[in-house]
Amino acid sequence: MALDDQFYREYILDHYKNPRNFGRLEAADISHEEYNPLCGDMVGMDFRMLDGVIQDVRFHGRGCAISQASASLMTERLKGMRVEDARKISKEDVLGELGIEISPARLKCALLSLKVLKVGAYGLAHEEDED
Amino acid sequence: MSTLRSEVATSGRYDVGVIRADFPFFDTGVAYLDSANTSQRPRQVVEAMEEYFTQYNSNIHRAVYRTSMQATERYDATRRKVREFINARSVKEVIFTRNVTESINLVAYTWGRQNVGEGDLIVLTVMEHHSNIVPWQILAQEKGARLAYVDIDDQGELRLDQFHDLLEQRPKLVAFAQVSNTLGTITPYRELTAAARAAGAVVLIDGAQGVQHVGVDVQEVGCDFYGFTGHKILGPTGVGVLYGRRELLEAMPPFLGGGDMIKAVFLDHTDYAGLPEKFEAGTPAIAEVIGLGAAIDYLQGVGVDAIRAHELDLTEYAVEALSEIDGLRMFGPPALRRAGVLSFDIEGIHPHDIATIVDRHNVCIRAGHNCAMPLMHRLDVAATARASFFLYNTKEEIDRLLVGLHDAKRIFS
Repeated sequence: MALDDQFYREYILDHYKNPRNFGRLEAADISHEEYNPLCGDMVGMDFRMLDGVIQDVRFHGRGCAISQASASLMTERLKGMRVEDARKISKEDVLGELGIEISPARLKCALLSLKVLKVGAYGLAHEEDED
Repeated sequence: MSTLRSEVATSGRYDVGVIRADFPFFDTGVAYLDSANTSQRPRQVVEAMEEYFTQYNSNIHRAVYRTSMQATERYDATRRKVREFINARSVKEVIFTRNVTESINLVAYTWGRQNVGEGDLIVLTVMEHHSNIVPWQILAQEKGARLAYVDIDDQGELRLDQFHDLLEQRPKLVAFAQVSNTLGTITPYRELTAAARAAGAVVLIDGAQGVQHVGVDVQEVGCDFYGFTGHKILGPTGVGVLYGRRELLEAMPPFLGGGDMIKAVFLDHTDYAGLPEKFEAGTPAIAEVIGLGAAIDYLQGVGVDAIRAHELDLTEYAVEALSEIDGLRMFGPPALRRAGVLSFDIEGIHPHDIATIVDRHNVCIRAGHNCAMPLMHRLDVAATARASFFLYNTKEEIDRLLVGLHDAKRIFS
């Protein structure tokens, strides 16, 4: 099934099977978890901050390949980034980085890690859904 | 009514091809293994609703012209069919709701508010659908009542020892599913009901997954309340049923106020209508109720026993077929004690990914918490994949699921 191969691209599967920056951070400055109410999937992130820069970040959680690979990719991008730049990461950026066609039913999976970032790291109030 | 009645019911032979020919959906070529979520509808149901819309569309219980009387008659005919289908004593015990969620909420907000007080015990089970948990949590919070949950054993069957221990605390209400929507477990609902009633409890059975697969005789079972939903039994969405014992319904306050549920309205008070109108405020889902009547005709034409036998055959086939997948784990009891519901997971592949990949093979299955998050916690999983079977499913559809599952294994290997 070529379609599946396209959807579950090698690097997505690689990030799912070998997640980067996976685990917890001792003495994190910020810790936040979000759930996907549709399926109970979870992504949590721990951040260590210094002078407005994300020194270190780790994620934990459980969920499908899309949500976990998206979180893994997100941590790679965030390390060493200034918070004000992290704040600019958009839904389109996240989807673009995944590089696959995401069906409406799976958008929440793909954007769960962005929600963790927005609600947790920026201290933004819980808002409505990204889509 | 249908060709089916003559060809399947009277021949005594179960011909799934004849049944499938009544379901236009199957022309799409999709393998549909998600009937525990919502069923497909036979053309007889669609045609009954279309006939209402095009031939005698009008409101019920209000007008004197003949078209309206025809609508009223067809609406009331469904109530008689439901009464017969579940063997209620009277049509006054059959209340139309939106779905089983509303049926349970109706009981919680009327009987519950009137009868459950501080410190009272409500007994549920850990494998309930959210719709048989959340309304009772809301009631318990409002009244200061207690909730207790009967656990399951490793096979997904209720811990009867715990159940009987809880009955010694004289609960006010015992509420449980006839069939688990996730594990497919057919609970010993007759025994549970008899024991709970003997202990002085009121008993509510959630029949959302039961009435179409194992059937019910509410008088024989002896439950006080029984709910089911139209869209899972070949009917349309937007219509459900609450059965209640007449003595209880008569003593209960109304749920929603408005038109149709009144005898007379004055500026300072209202005299309520009798049963069942007291619980049916406002213009109901007329077309949907009429469609539900056609769905019940269809189910009875095939026969619930014949449906059960067909589903058992499919379930046994599926259990064996899925066993060949490495790392696949099935939840729930042996086929004989389960309805056609099969929840499973595969090591290293999230159920969402399983469902996405089998969808690429044109096979529909559910993936997620199945609206039973407490059960997911109990099983220590985030989610399951779930295939469910109904009267129109075939072994060929299960074979197609198997091909999709092998593909998922390959992609995630």
